[in-house]
Amino acid sequence: MPNDGSTKLSKNLLRMKFMQRGLDAEAKKQLEEEEKRIISDEHWYLDLPELKAKESFIVEERSYVPCEDLVYGRMSFKGFNSEVEKLMVLMNAPREEEDEEEEKDMTRMDTDITDEEMAMRYGSLVESMKRRFAKKRERTSLKNEEEDVNQNIVETQPKKVFLKPQD
Amino acid sequence: MNILHSCFKAQIGEVVLPGDVFRFDVSSVEEDSSVKAEKIICGPGLRRNGDEILVYKSGILRHKQPNVYWIDSQQKRYVPVKGESVIGIVTAKSGDIFKVDVGGSEQASLSYLAFEGATKRNRPNVQVGDLVYAQFIIANKDMEPELVCIDSCGRANGMGVFGADGFLFKVSLGLVRRLLTPQSETVKDLEKIFPFEMVVGLNGRVWVKAKTVQQTLIVANLLESCENMTAQQRQTLFKRVAEGAL
Repeated sequence: MPNDGSTKLSKNLLRMKFMQRGLDAEAKKQLEEEEKRIISDEHWYLDLPELKAKESFIVEERSYVPCEDLVYGRMSFKGFNSEVEKLMVLMNAPREEEDEEEEKDMTRMDTDITDEEMAMRYGSLVESMKRRFAKKRERTSLKNEEEDVNQNIVETQPKKVFLKPQD
Repeated sequence: MNILHSCFKAQIGEVVLPGDVFRFDVSSVEEDSSVKAEKIICGPGLRRNGDEILVYKSGILRHKQPNVYWIDSQQKRYVPVKGESVIGIVTAKSGDIFKVDVGGSEQASLSYLAFEGATKRNRPNVQVGDLVYAQFIIANKDMEPELVCIDSCGRANGMGVFGADGFLFKVSLGLVRRLLTPQSETVKDLEKIFPFEMVVGLNGRVWVKAKTVQQTLIVANLLESCENMTAQQRQTLFKRVAEGAL
């Protein structure tokens, strides 16, 4: 049958991918619009005002411990139980120190190891790390250098040269 | 800052009753951005309800710098709170958990793995009737409370089973807090008498042990009598005990 318009293909059929190759631009546009309308109709949403999560300035705390700064619950007096006395020192002391530090500067980050401690530790490590990466020959000279520092005696190592074997 | 604190200021140190309300002028709070960053911590006895604070315990309103407020109240019933250390009595062993009585509305559960050095193969030696010093890791009004005997690093730090002998008794929660305040006067007076050991749980249980049974009982009786005594009365009583009058 010739194309006289009397026979029309159904929309669903036209929407199929392989059918769209032969369609002209206008028909394509129309189909797309229709498809869009279907999708937007199917999309649903809650007709509610947008909820704003308001940050509260009130914080609840259920425990008396932080409020009244209560101490560790195990106690021993006059050396009755030395283990507990050690624990008392351990559990009650750090909190005070922390508080003091926090009061000193709130901006500083909360670290277990202070900068000074780290510097001390690395200061002592420098020598051993140096030795680790030095070559065997350098190691002996390094050792000598250390001694130099301690005793202030400057020894100049004679440069190693090939010794001719004696006949 | 001042806006938030002003409504409390008049009442600090005064008696407040359940139902009392502290209101803030929220609109003024919103305007000032510097105030917005400021927070108020309401401790036990105070509850947030929207933008106001309700009182739900009767007692004295206390304040700690910079922004902590709470009600200092007297009560005997313990309500579990997360993070608090208590003395519990093991009441049942069932599979991999122990049931522990802490004096709350419900028994707390304590996993056998929540002890220092405990593994699936190496079970802790806990018997029914043992005393444990433990802290709450779950304490919720809708759920069963859960105890652990280790801190976040897995160390016991004095928690776990204790008290081979010694004496356990109950005091009010207010007295327990008085004993645990830093540099507590009561404890300072008490430690002058003779060497002894004490475990104080925030649930109102106190365990004491001294060299002899007699001394243990003296300490226990003194502690119990501290409940309703002025500092002066206490000092005279303790002096009499130290002199051996009792």
